[in-house]
Amino acid sequence: MRQEDINLLRITKYMSFFRMRFIAGLQYRAAALAGIVTQFVWGAMEILLFKAFYQVNAAAFPMTFEALSSYVWLQQAFLALFLTWFLENDIFQTITDGGIAYEMCRPADIYNMWFFRSMANRLSKTVLRCMPILLFAALLPKPYGIRLPNNLNAGIWFFITAFLGLLVVVAFCMLVYITTFYTLSPVGVRLLSVSLVEFFAGSVIPLPFLPKGIRQVIELLPFASMQNVPLRVYSGDIGGANIYTRAGLQLFWVVTLIWIGKKLMQTAQRRIVVQGG
Amino acid sequence: MRLYLKFFGIHLKSAMQYKISFILITIGQLLVSFNVFLGIFFMFHLFHEVKGYHLSEVLLCYATVLMSYSLAEIFMRGFDMFAGTIGNGEFDRILLRPRGIIFLVICGKMELTRVGRVIQAAGMLAYGMIASDITWCVDKIVTIILMVLSGSVIFGCLFLIYASICFFTLEGLEFMNILTDGAREYGKYPLGIYGKGILRFCTFLVPYSLFQYYPFLYLTGRTDNQLYTLLPIAACFFVIPCYLLWRNGVMHYKSTGS
Repeated sequence: MRQEDINLLRITKYMSFFRMRFIAGLQYRAAALAGIVTQFVWGAMEILLFKAFYQVNAAAFPMTFEALSSYVWLQQAFLALFLTWFLENDIFQTITDGGIAYEMCRPADIYNMWFFRSMANRLSKTVLRCMPILLFAALLPKPYGIRLPNNLNAGIWFFITAFLGLLVVVAFCMLVYITTFYTLSPVGVRLLSVSLVEFFAGSVIPLPFLPKGIRQVIELLPFASMQNVPLRVYSGDIGGANIYTRAGLQLFWVVTLIWIGKKLMQTAQRRIVVQGG
Repeated sequence: MRLYLKFFGIHLKSAMQYKISFILITIGQLLVSFNVFLGIFFMFHLFHEVKGYHLSEVLLCYATVLMSYSLAEIFMRGFDMFAGTIGNGEFDRILLRPRGIIFLVICGKMELTRVGRVIQAAGMLAYGMIASDITWCVDKIVTIILMVLSGSVIFGCLFLIYASICFFTLEGLEFMNILTDGAREYGKYPLGIYGKGILRFCTFLVPYSLFQYYPFLYLTGRTDNQLYTLLPIAACFFVIPCYLLWRNGVMHYKSTGS
């Protein structure tokens, strides 16, 4: 076989892992419907809450109200894409119950396999859920709904930064999975990933609402490269040259996190112990 | 009651078998609701007040809701996990026993790890009580106790509804989360700030505001109407329709056969 063919084969292999997960995820339509309703209500309540603060002191509001509404609706629509605690139990189980031995027999790199799998899982959940929420939100009256981005540029960069954000999230989750090789119990790391990380990522309140000193530090962390960037690029809250620096930072974190993950994975694989069973 | 204590003892013992895991999950629970606290804290750092409420008052409000929700979750967990009970045939065994069905479901599961949240709620409550300029006389203390108790009853009722629906669908319905998790999440602020529509919904359809908003108005001195103190008790009438729904569900029950 020529080298090109081998390369092609390598890519199709991971793409099929991706496809398998994607199709499996699409099966749960009823659950998706219930989820859509839930997320719609949550989004609406969130906006009403911010409206109350807006009425108190509009001048102190760090972003325009339209930008905030877009932020909230996009956040609800793409929940499955960016939520860090949305981890796969299957993978934890594989590591703790020894199923990992089978995975290692496969002629595929475990890191890449899991990476594509997680990505597909998140994407399939999102594809089912995002459209109805976005449509509903688009129908809402002016400051409360979502509108198209101001210019084409923002729209294009939204997709680019959203993709980079997804890569950061998945690369981070990979670290959570890999630590389980060392700790054998996923509880501890999961705790951290569900709690403070969510806050630093801006899913509790958008990061512009934090006081200045703290915000500047948090924005450099990998967590701020997750949903924070795309959701704010969309509404123009991050614009101009600022987009490029943020996207650059995202790219930096993608590369760094994947590099750390792969290194840790190598070490873990060398010292792995499977006890019978 | 003695039997209940016995069940409680068993659950406590079984939770203590895995001490580290118990402690970690408890801390985890605490951290999750701590996030919400951070959210409130930083919003007030920026805005100082919302619709006239100050940080200490909002924390007081969130503390009562969080406390009542967590108490309901600890003691009513059996209903929250009811889909599983029906699915694996456990409910058939419950029906065979010579005790009340509701009693047995409640005794079947207790989620003691939620103590983490109760601790946080207690902390916020203490802070809210000291930092707000409410003078704590007997009737105000009674009010706040009633708020927490009645809140637990309401959340317990919602879990009961959730379980009753399982009789018909065999599966938990995610949209019920709006009424339980959603109420905990957005009940952190006094319900009045969300506007009239929401307040009406929370008064007449599900009586959240009867234990959260109106008694809170009295607590913070925004009204002198002492009747507001008794509203949490009125909220408890919510038990009746929930119980009827549950009974209807039990009549409707067909074993899944597994």
